[in-house]
Amino acid sequence: MLAKRIIPCLDVRNGKVVKGVNFEGIKEVGDPVECAYEYNLQGADEIVFYDITASHEGRGVMLDVVRNTAKKVFVPLTVGGGIATVDDIRETLRAGADKVSVNSQAVKNPKLIKDGADIFGSQCICVGVDAKAVGENKWTVYINGGRIDMKLDLIEWVKKCEALGAGEICLNSIDTDGVRGGFDLPMLKAVVGAVKIPVIASGGAGKLGDFAEAFLKTDCSAALAASLFHFKELTVGQVKDDCRSKGIPMR
Amino acid sequence: MIAIIDYGAGNIFSVKNALDYLGAESRLTSDKSELEAADKLILPGVGAFPAAMEMLKETGLVDTIKQQAAKKPLLGICLGMQLLFEKSFEFEECQGLGLIKGYVDKIDDPELVIPHMGWNKLVYNHECPLFKDLPESYVYFVHSYKAFCEDESLMAYCTYGGRVPAVVGDGRYVFGTQFHPEKSGEAGLKMLSNFASM
Repeated sequence: MLAKRIIPCLDVRNGKVVKGVNFEGIKEVGDPVECAYEYNLQGADEIVFYDITASHEGRGVMLDVVRNTAKKVFVPLTVGGGIATVDDIRETLRAGADKVSVNSQAVKNPKLIKDGADIFGSQCICVGVDAKAVGENKWTVYINGGRIDMKLDLIEWVKKCEALGAGEICLNSIDTDGVRGGFDLPMLKAVVGAVKIPVIASGGAGKLGDFAEAFLKTDCSAALAASLFHFKELTVGQVKDDCRSKGIPMR
Repeated sequence: MIAIIDYGAGNIFSVKNALDYLGAESRLTSDKSELEAADKLILPGVGAFPAAMEMLKETGLVDTIKQQAAKKPLLGICLGMQLLFEKSFEFEECQGLGLIKGYVDKIDDPELVIPHMGWNKLVYNHECPLFKDLPESYVYFVHSYKAFCEDESLMAYCTYGGRVPAVVGDGRYVFGTQFHPEKSGEAGLKMLSNFASM
């Protein structure tokens, strides 16, 4: 039976893991390769690096992080943040990433999804989607870290991503992100019901039971969290034990 | 020395990283004489079957791989496993290497999330040297097509809808894993180490 996945996400800037709710409060707190290795020991099913570097030099540093992690961590690695072209995808995969996560750039240029899937295969193209409610069971897609409302219907967009060849959707709810009250179950249900590809729940995990709740109440394939694991409030192992105790298949 | 066949398809660096980590000597190569000199071969691959088969033909290595597979261990990984079969129906009917009887076709079940992506548990069907000192474990899959083969070639499977062939073999030198051992944590490393020490 296919296990549900628990995915820790590391925010990386200039080659260092950073913590911070907003950009002003950011602190550098560690070496991403060591953090990824630690998550691997805790039983992480995949690891996501999210590159929040704006500069070109920073991208090169990020690729070194991926290269070094891939030498000692043998679970799938995903890299997101700033991937805008087929060449960006190619160099990220060549550095040792198994998947890339495209977000704002895919909204601005949907062909990036199709080109990436055609050349490298759907399995390595994850589309990250930031969305926010605009009414009962209606959401729109935002870009640039949740700052710009594209007035694009969420359900229409995820269906389009699937048709273009996306292999997976990582769905982040702006409404629940940072609130720590649990994942956005209505939004998750709507997206899982609209596509056949796997959907990763993101945004809102605040306590142990939130992960199991997402798996029990929706058919999402995986759940992702960053700060909860960064701040060592919970380990990946604790989350997986809780899910396991509730009958959810876990590795 | 293990030759990792470099024909332009897939995550060959991940396989190389895993073998380096295990201390098993390996080389990425598309050179015929290196394939002949190697102790073992690995055929990696991700992407689409027809494109991969085309790239493999362009390297001129198809006959060499077939000849070598009769006398030394060969491990196909993911799409590399699928290429071991006689044919595939991905996009169009396409001939494979024909080292194991059977074919590759879509995982066809409207109820299932496709691709089959994530960790699924192996169920052993026949004894296989790759399973030495390794209990039935979760390993990492990502694919939308699967093999259809005879029971005698099915060394292990997992359940997704129906049975999904996970480890196949010809009973002699040819092995294939639908999952990625190089991305399957400790269990995958153990399987690669079993292959390296065959």
